[in-house]
Amino acid sequence: MDITENYYQLEKPILQLKERIDALGLSDDPGKTEKIAALRLEIEQEWAKISPHLNPTHIVHLARHPKRPYSLDYINALMEDFMEMHGDRRFADDPAIVTGLAFYKGETVAVLGQQKGRTTRERIDRNFGQMNPEGYRKALRVVKLAEKFGFPVVSLIDTPGAYPGIGAEERGQAEAIAYNLKVFSGLRVPIVVVIVGEGGSGGALGIGIGDSVAMLENSFYSVISPEGCAAILWKDQNAVKQAAAAMKIRSQDLCGLGIVDKILPEPCGGAHIDPDQTYKTVDEHLSRTLKKLQQKSTDELLEDRYQKFRKMGIYLEK
Amino acid sequence: MSENPWTRCNNCQRILYKEDILDNFKVCPACSFHFRLSATERLTMLFDEGRFDLVDQGVYPLDPLNFVDSQSYGKRLEDSQKKTSLLDAVVNAVGTMGGIKVVVSAMDFAFMGGSMGSVVGEKITRAAERALREKLPLIIVSCSGGARMQEGALSLMQLAKTSAALARLENAGLPFISVLADPTTGGTTASFAMLGDLNIAEPNALIGFAGPRVIEQTIKEKLPKGFQRSEFLLKHGLLDDVVPRKALKTYVVRALRLFLNRAQ
Repeated sequence: MDITENYYQLEKPILQLKERIDALGLSDDPGKTEKIAALRLEIEQEWAKISPHLNPTHIVHLARHPKRPYSLDYINALMEDFMEMHGDRRFADDPAIVTGLAFYKGETVAVLGQQKGRTTRERIDRNFGQMNPEGYRKALRVVKLAEKFGFPVVSLIDTPGAYPGIGAEERGQAEAIAYNLKVFSGLRVPIVVVIVGEGGSGGALGIGIGDSVAMLENSFYSVISPEGCAAILWKDQNAVKQAAAAMKIRSQDLCGLGIVDKILPEPCGGAHIDPDQTYKTVDEHLSRTLKKLQQKSTDELLEDRYQKFRKMGIYLEK
Repeated sequence: MSENPWTRCNNCQRILYKEDILDNFKVCPACSFHFRLSATERLTMLFDEGRFDLVDQGVYPLDPLNFVDSQSYGKRLEDSQKKTSLLDAVVNAVGTMGGIKVVVSAMDFAFMGGSMGSVVGEKITRAAERALREKLPLIIVSCSGGARMQEGALSLMQLAKTSAALARLENAGLPFISVLADPTTGGTTASFAMLGDLNIAEPNALIGFAGPRVIEQTIKEKLPKGFQRSEFLLKHGLLDDVVPRKALKTYVVRALRLFLNRAQ
C-alpha cells in the first residue's frame, strides 16, 4: 500500500464518517442507533486498512492532532467540581498547565494537566502547551498541597516541551524541572501519570514522575522532538521521519523498554474519533490504579517508586 | 603526531607555551580563558596530591535502540572510547579533599559531548548511593550537552533516576556540591547539576536548559551578550557563586568544612 506521510490526509475517510456520526447525534432520527453502529463499523474497516501501515511520523501527527482530547477535556469528563488553582505565588500563572483539586469518584484528588489551546487565540494564550518555570513551580505548589492533605495526584501530560525562551532561562527553567524531579520522586502520596498526547522531553518529565506511568496508544514520549533530533543529528529538517523512527518514541517501544507501565488502547482512528470511549478507558485505568496504590503503605509506595526509576537504563556490566 | 609545545588560546588567540597553561590549571595566563578539562584532569586537580581511587568501573554502554544517524551509535561509542580511554562520559572516584573523604563524579565532554545515557545516569546514581551508604559528601562536576539522543527516552529517564537518588542524599542530610563547567545544558542542567546544596560554576561557562540556537530559532531574535553564561546565571539568582578554577578546590574544601561542622 502506497501511503502518504501526512496522517491528516490519510485519516480523511475516517473523519468524514465521524462527522456523519456527530450529525446523527444531534438529530431525532428513529434508526439512529443502528446507523451509528453501521458507521462505526465502517470506521473500523477504514482503520483496519491504514493502521498496519502507520509509521512513527503518523503517530506524531496523531498525538498532535488538533482535534485530540486535551487535559481539560479529560478533567471535565472524568472529574467533578474541578477547582482550578492559579499561579506559583512567586512570579506568574502559567496557562500552559492547569492545576487544582477535584472530586474523582467521591475522593479529592490533585490534578495537573498540560494544556494546549483549541483555537488560534487559545493556542497562543496557552503557549502551545509549552510551560515556563512558573508552570513547574505551580505544579510543585499543588503537589505539596496534595501531600499535606494526603490527596493522590493525577498528572496528564501533553506538551511539545518546556518553553525555550529568554525569560524561561532567566527564571531557571532547568532548576524548576530538576527540583520537581527531586520532589516528585519523594512525594508521600500516590502519583498517577498518563501521557495523553505529546510527551516532550524534560518538559513532560517535569510533572511526569509517578508510581504508575501510562500512555495512550497513539501518544509519544521522547527525549527531544523529532524535529530537534533531525536538526542536531542529521543537520536536516527533512530527516524528521528518520529521527522519529530512530528514537523509538511509540507507546509499544517504551513499554518494551520498561519506561511505561501500561498502554491505554485508543478507539479506531485515534482518541479524537471517539472521545467518550477514550475517557472511559482512561477512567477505568485511573480508578483501578489509584485503588491499587492506595493500598500501599507510604514507605512501600516510595521504595517502589524509587526502584521503578532506579531500574531504567540499559548497559552492560563486566 | 609530533608534540608541538605551542598552542593557541581559543579565546584571546595568543600563542601560548603549553607548559604554562598546564601549570596554570589549564587556564590561559593571558586572558583567563578556562580550557575544557578531561575527567581525569579534573579529578587530579581536585583530590589531595592528585590521588584518588576509581570506583564503579566496568559499566559499559550499549546501543539498545540500534540507533543510526549519519553514523551508528555503536561506532560513535567506539570512537569516543578510543579517543578518551573511557568507557563513557563520567568517571567516579573516592579520595580526600583537604583531608575530607569525598565521592566525586567528573564528566568528560570529549566523550560524545558529555551526553547522559544509561551509563552516565547509572554512575551518577551509584555515586549518590555510595555517598549515602558511606555517609560521604558528594561532588559532581558537570560538563555535558544534555541527554544522549541516541538512547532515546532511556536517556531522559536518567534525569528522573539521578534526581531521585539525590533526594535520598538530601533526606540523609549529606552535602552535595554541584560544579558546573562549560558547557552544562539540557537534561544535565534539568536534573542533578541544578540540585546542589551549592551550585557553583566556572567563569563564563555556558549553562542553560535550551541551547542558544534553539532559543534563537524559537524567538527569532539575537540573544543578548553573555546570555546563559555563569555570570548571567549568578545575576539571576541561579548560582551560589562563580569560582575560577584556581580557587575551586579551596572553595569546595571551605564549603565542606562549613557543612560538616555540626553538633553530633
